[in-house]
Amino acid sequence: MKAFNRYLTNAAIGLAIGFTSVAALAETPGNMLVIANRIDDITTIDPAQSFEFAGSDVSRNIYSKLVNFDPKNLNAGYQPDLAESWTVSDDGRTITFTMRDGVKFHSGNQVRAEDVEFSLRRVVTLNKTPSFILTQFGFTPENIDETIVADGNTVSITTDKRYATSFVLNCLTATIGGIVDKKVVMENEVDGDLGNAWLATNSAGSGPYVLQSWKPNESVTLTSNPAYYGGPPAMERVIVRHVQESATQRLMLERGDIDVARNLNPEDISGVSGADGIAIDSELRGRLMYISVNQKHPELSKPEVRQAIKYLVDYEGMQNSFLNGQYTIHQNFLPKTYLGAVDENPFNLNIEKAKELLTSAGVGPFAIEVGVREAQERIEIVQSLQNTFAKAGITLNITVGTAKAILGRYRARELDMYMGAWGPDYPDPHTNAGTFAFNPVNTDEAGATGLLAWRNAWDTGGLTAKVEAAVVEGDRDVRAQMYTDIQAEFRDIAPFAVLFQKIEQTGRNEAVKNLNLGGAITAVSYWPVTK
Amino acid sequence: MESTEQNIEGRHRAPLELWIRATFLTLGSIIVTMLGLMFVTFVIGRVMPIDPVLAIVGEQATKATYDAAYEQLGLDRPIIVQFIFYVWDVMHGDFGKSLLTARPVAEDIKRVFPATLELATIGLFIGIVLGVPLGVFAAVRRGSWIDQVARVIALVGYSMPIFWLGLMGLLIFYGILGWVGGPGRVGIFYVDIVPTVTGMILIDSILDQNWEVFKDALNHIVLPASLLGYYSLAYVSRMTRSFMLEQLSAEYITTARVKGMSESAVIWGHAFKNIRVQLITVIALSYANLLEGSVLTEIIFSWPGIGSYITTALLSADMSAVMGGTVVVGLIFILLNIFSDLLYKIFDPRAK
Repeated sequence: MKAFNRYLTNAAIGLAIGFTSVAALAETPGNMLVIANRIDDITTIDPAQSFEFAGSDVSRNIYSKLVNFDPKNLNAGYQPDLAESWTVSDDGRTITFTMRDGVKFHSGNQVRAEDVEFSLRRVVTLNKTPSFILTQFGFTPENIDETIVADGNTVSITTDKRYATSFVLNCLTATIGGIVDKKVVMENEVDGDLGNAWLATNSAGSGPYVLQSWKPNESVTLTSNPAYYGGPPAMERVIVRHVQESATQRLMLERGDIDVARNLNPEDISGVSGADGIAIDSELRGRLMYISVNQKHPELSKPEVRQAIKYLVDYEGMQNSFLNGQYTIHQNFLPKTYLGAVDENPFNLNIEKAKELLTSAGVGPFAIEVGVREAQERIEIVQSLQNTFAKAGITLNITVGTAKAILGRYRARELDMYMGAWGPDYPDPHTNAGTFAFNPVNTDEAGATGLLAWRNAWDTGGLTAKVEAAVVEGDRDVRAQMYTDIQAEFRDIAPFAVLFQKIEQTGRNEAVKNLNLGGAITAVSYWPVTK
Repeated sequence: MESTEQNIEGRHRAPLELWIRATFLTLGSIIVTMLGLMFVTFVIGRVMPIDPVLAIVGEQATKATYDAAYEQLGLDRPIIVQFIFYVWDVMHGDFGKSLLTARPVAEDIKRVFPATLELATIGLFIGIVLGVPLGVFAAVRRGSWIDQVARVIALVGYSMPIFWLGLMGLLIFYGILGWVGGPGRVGIFYVDIVPTVTGMILIDSILDQNWEVFKDALNHIVLPASLLGYYSLAYVSRMTRSFMLEQLSAEYITTARVKGMSESAVIWGHAFKNIRVQLITVIALSYANLLEGSVLTEIIFSWPGIGSYITTALLSADMSAVMGGTVVVGLIFILLNIFSDLLYKIFDPRAK
């Protein structure tokens, strides 16, 4: 119904606009940025709990962190933010940060090492969904008094073992690394919740913007922080309005009532392309589409069959048709722009090659079940696979279901094949390496449902050890090379075929400059924007 | 003999006793209906193939995190126990906390319902003001061009998908002509300007005597309300026409005309007077439908009302919000029914 509505809507709008033209009549003020976006996924603004895209967008602009990405140069990796500098102990377990002087919270309170200690300990104590990004370093409510410690204008964190410094610092750039104002938060504590309920709808940060209001499913309004240590942002007010429909976002952009439309579908993107005063931006995001096959299946577990499926995907056909502009071919588990990411995509649709591989494996025609969630683009991908797999004698029986039904079976290792998406949890290569290529115990009893390799019953062999080695490598370049090597081996042997990486296309009023959506590694930055 | 005495006593006590009895019966029926509604909604929420735990912890969570959230939501308890706890909480005004907004559901409903109420009321007003006369004239001039026009209007109203009509309306009146405001309740410059008293911006801006905000809010509501009004008009006009035709063919109308009564007195003084009761039911039903929230209208016009609130909650497995919303909508249906029953009693002496 939704898809039907969309098609009818697009047809109607396209037809109508074909005969008319919508002139940009209004204009937003020069010091105000107005964005249309789907923000119904925001459940809280608390950095210790927020784990959704739209929530990260808000959080990134409100909370400064110890280290952060510079929107003007994302490729440079993490940079000093509230921490002016840091040192690493000889055993590689303790990182000591020296705080930047003279930075103030929105309340006017000084940002102290004590606030950092409070914020990071708070993440561990509250133990909300994204807390694993910190607790994976061995922090527990019992040991935080010794492992996260402020001293004067420095704060030290001590991990349970040696990890790559880049790994730890990359994790601190995630939303959970946001530093909150201890005094203000504790004034609003209720029943020992460390201000969790209050911070869900209020802000206590030191970043370039202050949360003025968040009305669920309606709008988020930010006002600039004139005392921001990086200089006051040019946009004094940022309003993000929840606009569900792509066609409505397009109309508002064309009317000049908004500056940026973030959820335009391919039809509307092509509709506004070339319109006066409107620019289209394309930015790579971290989300990957992939297929995987269960290694409990007698045929699918054969190495040649695992290879063959990678030649049975019409990558180009899909990219150039229904995924046009929304996804780009990418066959590696690290999204482009991540440390260690590679741009090697050796597979293409080659039925003959796949048949040869299947014959050499001694496999005749067989049928398997593929599970997919009820999302339009995923279903279209599976339908394309059904067509190409059939040409090599593999019948795909498609099961479409809800997230609960399909994911439940995937996590229980019951599906022959799964088609789905994966988004990185934090901007470090381990976020994906640690799930695609890491599986220390491949038994049903291990119940490692969080690991994609385990869900497919794949004993990754030597890759698990290599992933463990990469995550503790101190030298950034060596570490990057290690991930390059892991991915090369993964492409060859893994029961995964990574297919595409997400591209976000945005419609923008040409007058708006320097808007950075955060690429694959972080969220949007409003503070560099000018008009 | 004995029974006669009782009857006499009964007659003496009748007004007060009957009133008390009727009140208790009404209250009883409300409670039973609400409990039934809550139970059905609750059970559907539990057996639906969506996972509220997954909605909280995300699909990448470990088993331990999942289990902890499962227990925290009380899902490990028998369903009947969960239901009893839920009813107890609702009786204390606690609909639970929404997963999506991290706020109490009651607070969310207080925020979204006035938006729908405002839209639906204006929509219904348009529907009645235009629909009733249209229906009456179509019946009086049966077969004439007015009747044909009314039929086409109703047919289009019944058959045209609302999202299409809404988008076309936006494209023409907002996109091309610029006569009305765009999506949302007010323009960006007027957000959060008037203090929230009733939650209905038109009324709040009048209370605040901020005529600029009032004008802007009116400018934004006119298109979605007209759209809803049109659908209401289609229904009301068809029903009015059919009720009127029935009355106009009755003998007392012929008698009135034979007696030389003016045509307008016949139509409005006699025929229309007699369809008021039926019309009240139609209008109450129409209002209830509008108040339930026209999901598509709310989505197209980015109108933060109860319809889009319940739908978003449903798609996100936010069952507390879905159940809270459903209970409120159910209550509105029941109250409107009671209200229309009361009006029956006022307008129709037989129902007293």
